[in-house]
Amino acid sequence: MSLSKIKFDKKIVLSFWIILIALTIAAPTILPVFRLNLLGRYLSLSIVALGVDLIWGYTGLLSLGQGIFFALGGYCAAMYLQITSSSEFPNNIPEFFALYGVEKLPFFWEPFRSPIFTFFAIWIIPALVAGLIGFLVFRNRIKGVYFSILTQASLLVFFNFFNGQQKLINGTNGLKTDVTQIFGQMVGSESMQRIFFWITAILVIAAWFFAKWVVKGRFGNILIGIRDDEPRIRFTGYNPVIFKTIIFSIAGGLAGISGALYTVQSGIVSPQFMTVPFSIEMVIWVAVGGRGTLLGAILGAVFINYAKSLVSEALPASWMFIQGGLFILVVTALPEGVLGWIQGDGPRNLLQRFGLKRKIETYPSLEVNNKEGNNE
Amino acid sequence: MNNKDLLNLIDITVSFEGFLALNKLNLNLKKGELRAVIGPNGAGKTTFLDVITGKVKPNNGEVIFKGKSLVGRKEHKIARLGVGRKFQSPRIFENLTVKENLEISVTTPKSPLNLISKSIKDEQLNEIDRLMKIVNLAQKVDSKAGSLSHGQKQWLEIAMLVGQKPDLMLVDEPVAGLTDEETDLTADLLKSLSGENTVVVIDHDMEFIRRLDSNVSVLNQGTVLCEGTMETIQKDKKVIDVYLGRPED
Repeated sequence: MSLSKIKFDKKIVLSFWIILIALTIAAPTILPVFRLNLLGRYLSLSIVALGVDLIWGYTGLLSLGQGIFFALGGYCAAMYLQITSSSEFPNNIPEFFALYGVEKLPFFWEPFRSPIFTFFAIWIIPALVAGLIGFLVFRNRIKGVYFSILTQASLLVFFNFFNGQQKLINGTNGLKTDVTQIFGQMVGSESMQRIFFWITAILVIAAWFFAKWVVKGRFGNILIGIRDDEPRIRFTGYNPVIFKTIIFSIAGGLAGISGALYTVQSGIVSPQFMTVPFSIEMVIWVAVGGRGTLLGAILGAVFINYAKSLVSEALPASWMFIQGGLFILVVTALPEGVLGWIQGDGPRNLLQRFGLKRKIETYPSLEVNNKEGNNE
Repeated sequence: MNNKDLLNLIDITVSFEGFLALNKLNLNLKKGELRAVIGPNGAGKTTFLDVITGKVKPNNGEVIFKGKSLVGRKEHKIARLGVGRKFQSPRIFENLTVKENLEISVTTPKSPLNLISKSIKDEQLNEIDRLMKIVNLAQKVDSKAGSLSHGQKQWLEIAMLVGQKPDLMLVDEPVAGLTDEETDLTADLLKSLSGENTVVVIDHDMEFIRRLDSNVSVLNQGTVLCEGTMETIQKDKKVIDVYLGRPED
């Protein structure tokens, strides 16, 4: 059973790689910049989805507040770009500060003059915030639906706070990045967007490898153990609080990277990144793609978002219904998500239902073992 | 209480909203002892294990293990001190393979850093091989634990308990749902573990307890009713009244 499964998995993974690499190489030449930019954005969203898969698919923590960390990463990147491009504005600080009579850069933005600091801040700050929130919640043994509610409440706290802070971060308006400059080029220019697409594509692959490394081996097994039976893990001598804090913090860091990439490709970061529906959508991508598969998270994020933009162009306002329907379909018919269904016995069962494949007459393991025996 | 004792429970009282699950329970275990604990349903057998392993905090009383108080310590800390527990229904990680289950138990130190930065030590791999042979699961190494039969799951959990190398093993109903043959093998296994380890076995199955050939503590209404060999307790009038039952009048 395991042998044939591994072969099957390898086929999927290999074909995914070929498609991904081919698409990535071909995309900048075949797609118009508008489409390329969309694809780049959706690829960056797949990084936050990978984080959701790590905490939800593997560890069983359903966070509805990943938008917090996503937005934090976005704000770090956007503020750096605004500061470096502010030389012609009064006081050499970003233009919006003048609207609210701020003459000096708020102290906590000072370090963001440095590109190196920003490079690290984009993922370390969200990871630290996630680690802190996570530690407090997990230490008090809050889990299940209470954890989900708490993360959503935190999201709303951040959302309202960011909305109200005109003098620090331009409040509701957010920070624009498309007219800022980096390496002497406009961030919103075609050539920069192409570069951002490449960076995103590479980082998605890097994030995927990283996530795979985290979940493989004994560390990943403990995460699965926590998901399936946390008290048992405790009685075996492991402290689940530390493991959960680490993985939540990793997911926060991934969300930050994702938010930064999304921001530079969509041209703005605003508290809209922290709305409740957006964070729930992140969960839907993973649920539809396949929980606990990593690849499913990437595919879910990219395909659902691409479908969203295509559907919204053709039939405005119908997307919400389709997305809702998709979610209900997955929950009722494909609880393991599309990729989970393919990796499991889904296709075989479907073929059987149409009479295209012989039914299993013995235990599945015997059946498969026999087949392997015959092949050899 | 003396130096040879591994565990002392002193006047343990646990109340759940007024209901006394344990009522001034006193119990001492010597190093290397095999002890069976029996009692009718609701006598507080499982609560007694919960108190030792830190799942339930007693309202009153002390738990002294290797000279240290366990009350107020977290479950994982108690486990690291050397208290291992097997649950009533087999609790193994069904989505992991047999080998991965055993890896979780034999791994030390149990810190995230060790788990992510190092691969498993050779001696631990040897230990896993040894355990799998003891419980006859060597052919099932890479099978998902969820695909095992009930008896195999019970044995896997016992193997996980042994792999943890605890000084004190708490075994809750290890033979529930096992065949007679498996029951006998389990009794022999537990007997062979005592001596080096201290083992507490909780069960209803009288035949099984008799086969353990150990001291027996009878719990009733949250307190120790009687202690002694199987013969002694079977003759004890109080035990007969509450647990073994008289021949019907």
